[in-house]
Amino acid sequence: MSVQLAIAVTQLISRRRPTLVSLTGIALGVAFFLAVSSLMRGSERDFIKRLIDNSPHITVSDEYRHAQKQPVRERWPEGAIEVRRVKPLTEVRGIRGHGQKLAFIESLPGLRAAPVLVGSVVLTFAGRIEGVTLNGIIPEKMKGVSTIEEKLIHGSLEALATNPNGIAIGDGLAKKFGLEMGSVVNVSSPAGEVRTLKVTGIFHTGNVNYDDSQTFVLLKRAQGLLDRANRINRLILQLDDPYAARETAAVIERRIGYKSLSWQESAEDLMSVLLVRNLIMYSVVAAILVVASFGIYNTISTIVMEKIQDIAILKSMGFHARDIRRIFLAEGLILGALGSLIGVTLGIGLMWLLAQVEIKPPGATEIVHLPIYWGWEQYLMAAGFALASAAGAAYLPARKAGQVQPVTILRGMA
Amino acid sequence: MNPVLAAERLGRILPGEMPVTLVRDIDLEVERGEFLVIMGPSGSGKSSLLYLLGLLDTPTSGRVLLDGQDTSGYGEDQLANTRLRRLGFVFQFHFLLAEFTVLENVRLPMRRLGALDEETARHRAKDLLDQFGLRDHAHKHPHQLSGGQRQRVAIARALANDPMMILADEPTGNLDSHASANVQEILHNLTRQMGKTVVAVTHDLNFAGAADRRIGIVDGQIDLDWQM
Ligand SMILES: Nc1ncnc2c1ncn2[C@@H]1O[C@H](COP(=O)(O)OP(=O)(O)OP(=O)(O)O)[C@@H](O)[C@H]1O
Ligand SMILES: [Mg+2]
Repeated sequence: MSVQLAIAVTQLISRRRPTLVSLTGIALGVAFFLAVSSLMRGSERDFIKRLIDNSPHITVSDEYRHAQKQPVRERWPEGAIEVRRVKPLTEVRGIRGHGQKLAFIESLPGLRAAPVLVGSVVLTFAGRIEGVTLNGIIPEKMKGVSTIEEKLIHGSLEALATNPNGIAIGDGLAKKFGLEMGSVVNVSSPAGEVRTLKVTGIFHTGNVNYDDSQTFVLLKRAQGLLDRANRINRLILQLDDPYAARETAAVIERRIGYKSLSWQESAEDLMSVLLVRNLIMYSVVAAILVVASFGIYNTISTIVMEKIQDIAILKSMGFHARDIRRIFLAEGLILGALGSLIGVTLGIGLMWLLAQVEIKPPGATEIVHLPIYWGWEQYLMAAGFALASAAGAAYLPARKAGQVQPVTILRGMA
Repeated sequence: MNPVLAAERLGRILPGEMPVTLVRDIDLEVERGEFLVIMGPSGSGKSSLLYLLGLLDTPTSGRVLLDGQDTSGYGEDQLANTRLRRLGFVFQFHFLLAEFTVLENVRLPMRRLGALDEETARHRAKDLLDQFGLRDHAHKHPHQLSGGQRQRVAIARALANDPMMILADEPTGNLDSHASANVQEILHNLTRQMGKTVVAVTHDLNFAGAADRRIGIVDGQIDLDWQM
């Protein structure tokens, strides 16, 4: 052990009470940091997980991000030409050449894709009428990209495959219409087609709007109903790594031209709210550590004042100003490191306690535990902040100690 | 051969609204192995002179030569290094570090210098303590010792890095006559047996009597006529 460190340790040990007080300050600060951070990040992750689980990671739709340019503008971008009263060419709705496009997407690693035809239809049952969204799906493919299968409380997706006249509906809609498994409803489309379908599945996602308005049928059936033979207007993608969605969406859009929306992009406003929330939270908990480091400042200032003669004699002996600075910086860092260590232990205990807390979120039926995030980077951040503020708090008294002129002290003694 | 320590027209003025002259126009040469005593009335500038000679303070005029080397161009670090290797200090107050044992106190300068490995340093510290009759006190803390014993530890610490010169400011100022005689003898022996140079400030006539040479300081200047 270097002599500077030995002196630092000895001085801390000999000043037990202020040392313990400043240690407690840092430890509580770190523990509190961890408790708040783990809770905030936990709830954020919980929220994002719901978001990721319940929505497609990427949705490719039959739209373009930018309106197609008029050919005349393409040809002479700078030209003083104006052609009035032109309208963009009417697009045939749907993704063109979707077989090829799906093949390209499926050639990308770590993802699954499913074609969907989405349209609006009107549901009629026992004199009641309601407009709903019809999703034409291929059950086999849909299972790979959506959690809807898990959300079925009655029936299964396969039932759609075996019974082309099957329809899966949400429990909200079922309740509203008084529908049960096996009930028969009339579905009519804007294209004028009418079919009689049988309820072969009822799902519950917990999202009231979704459970009230979404229905699933076989893709072929939807294409017939909506009079869009062989067409689809959406590709739904699920990724092994949901956080790669933004990049993957960009790759796909560049290649196939259609608008590819990652979940991050569609939830951009929410994501920025979460970011701001994190910034506020970390500023507050870091401020707590800064306040706690005043204890260290106080302790080290006191030691410097009390040990001013020792400092003078060490310097007269031949210790450099930086040796003296190091002694007191080391004291700050020791307090910071030890405080972090105790604080992390205490924090993990607090996090464990919080994880035991059971809550019943409003509107939910099941009791859940507080979501706690256990990520290691929080510990690093808390300890890093604690060490940095400890070093900052020690710096001023350490610098002052380094500047002590032995002669000034010796003259004062005589 | 060069004098081991020389002062040339040494002056020190404390700046301020009312500048105070601590030391003025001191010319002095100290031979190797000499036991020199500085005397003078209280407030005459003896301590101030000793701080300048020991490179603890920097003069406002004149210069100090150590072993023929001009120290006036030295920076803070070089001054500190010179003090660490070549000079040892003993003050009226022992200034031992209270939390460290006697042995650890003596080892401090060695550890800072880092020239000896731990085992050798420990040996050397024990030898020094042995030499001053402190063998059985090596593991005590300073507050467990008498004043005379503490001052002997301070001398041992001053000798830790085998300096060529010891500067002592009233080393017996706080001691009874028996302990004073002991410390005086030790310092005397340093010059005789170990070839060290000793420059000591004292009010103690017995102590002064044992020295090779005495100089008087009055009003910050050497006064050849000064007698106690
Ligand atoms: N910080 C200061 N400000 C003003 N004057 C000072 C200061 N320090 C010392 N002095 C003055 O400088 C002069 C020399 O002081 P110094 O301590 O060198 O004397 P000394 O001979 O060692 O005295 P003593 O025998 O009492 O130890 C004294 O007159 C003292 O009053
Ligand atoms: Mg004095």
